[in-house]
Amino acid sequence: MNNKQKYDQVFMESFSIDKSALDETLEYNTIQSWDSIGHMAMIAGIEEMFDIMMETDDIIDFGSYTKGFEMLAKYGIVF
Amino acid sequence: MNFYEDLEKYYRNTAIITETSEQLSYKELLDAADNIGKQIKKRCLVFLVCKNCLESVVGYLGFMRVKAVPVMISDRIDNVFFANLIEVYKPDCIYLPTEKSGLEINCKTVYSYGSYSLLKTDYNIDYTLHEDLALLLTTSGSTGSPKLVRQSYRNINSNAEAISQYLGITNVDRPITTMPMSYSYGLSIINSHLFKGASIILNEAMIMERRFWEAIRNNNATTFGGVPYIYEMLKKLRFERMNLPSLKYITQAGGKLNLELSAEFADIYADKGIKFFVMYGQTEATSRMSYLPWDHARSKVGSMGIAIPGGSFWLEDENGNVIEENDIPGELVYMGENVTLGYAESCSDLCKGDENNGVLHTGDVAKRDADGFYFIVGRKKRFLKMFGNRVSLDEVEQLIKAAGYDCVCVGTDDNLRIYSTNLADKDRIRNYIEARTGIHKAGLFFMYIDKIPRNESGKVLYSELRQD
Repeated sequence: MNNKQKYDQVFMESFSIDKSALDETLEYNTIQSWDSIGHMAMIAGIEEMFDIMMETDDIIDFGSYTKGFEMLAKYGIVF
Repeated sequence: MNFYEDLEKYYRNTAIITETSEQLSYKELLDAADNIGKQIKKRCLVFLVCKNCLESVVGYLGFMRVKAVPVMISDRIDNVFFANLIEVYKPDCIYLPTEKSGLEINCKTVYSYGSYSLLKTDYNIDYTLHEDLALLLTTSGSTGSPKLVRQSYRNINSNAEAISQYLGITNVDRPITTMPMSYSYGLSIINSHLFKGASIILNEAMIMERRFWEAIRNNNATTFGGVPYIYEMLKKLRFERMNLPSLKYITQAGGKLNLELSAEFADIYADKGIKFFVMYGQTEATSRMSYLPWDHARSKVGSMGIAIPGGSFWLEDENGNVIEENDIPGELVYMGENVTLGYAESCSDLCKGDENNGVLHTGDVAKRDADGFYFIVGRKKRFLKMFGNRVSLDEVEQLIKAAGYDCVCVGTDDNLRIYSTNLADKDRIRNYIEARTGIHKAGLFFMYIDKIPRNESGKVLYSELRQD
């Protein structure tokens, strides 16, 4: 799996959604499963998948599917 | 006197700080509350759809002050469950966010306040509300059951007083909301702080959102409460690195925090000079039954503490005999003025008086150490705490079976495992459970099993399923 596939997999598993839902409209609180509990599950999934530990601000600002790419770039993960 | 009727004495204090930083004094809050109260026939049943916003608090106080009986309902309630609840209880009025006011029953808007509307239904049923009945809360497991807990004026007063006493709440405190006010723990924070004339910071943001932390800083919040999953989040957010000097004490309840996290936060809070109160309670006891004094947070880590002021605990063995020795597990039994009147299953139960006589068998198994501190060690009944809410495993199992799937449910807190002989529809079942019960999908796990283990009489052998 490349990084993009890994990233997508975490989203699909954390929020129980299909690949077709992964686009720029996918944001925190726009779907029922991406609430605070879902957010924690997703962050935990990302940290595990990429073996990183994210900073508080990055966890809080990880507010959308597309925003996540920027966040992960800080940890040297390129897409 | 019930404390809602005695809040005028704080009239100059700030009562509410809204999300838009609007501040209302107790006088302004009570004026707004009484304006809603005037629209209500006394001693009637009102559905209050709760959010942590001004409108919701104003409605709550307005109804309590005219002795109308509110049913506190989460604004995230499933529509089917909500419609069913209305049908079963036939409320006289419904107070809810205007955007949700398109209900499929006959009703008309009689009053509006901010973003909320008060609807009058045309049930006009003249059922009797028992004179002690003050408030109804859903049983915290939101498994779609219309079962409500009946709380009395005395219950609410005595619990608010006891909580404010052991936490040392004063009028300079500023709690920020982290849980719905339809949830007994969330409501108890509001009640115990109003009781002391403190200022409540209303907040809808979750702790994963920047808005929440900004609200703490901008308004100098002194305290908040958290169920176990909130502590998981605080850990992930690395709370230990945050600098929030206004925080004075933080509480934890809504399920047992695992030992490791409990110890970790006892240290983190001690370093920051924040008092850490681990507590235990149930909606059936209004809210709180025990607290661990903050100076024992480390030395008695894992303990649910001691009974709140005015309450007492004992342990009973299987035959209902009191266990006198230390360190012997038994069912935890509580006695106090905050033990609620009982349950209601429909509007015809609202005339009932006190069925518990101040004694609650908690269903939790605990032991007591030589210093008199209690420790939860297990549960007598098959239920879990899922993200702070009590969930009956049997109820979830029955829900899934009603949808036509064979399954058994087991698990640990925040981790409900569904064993099924057919996993083809697991996504559908997961969505269905979430919609019907409000249990978050992140806590549901599906496991395949060849055959559901049963004994000769067909009873499920839960012990043969993996329990880790």
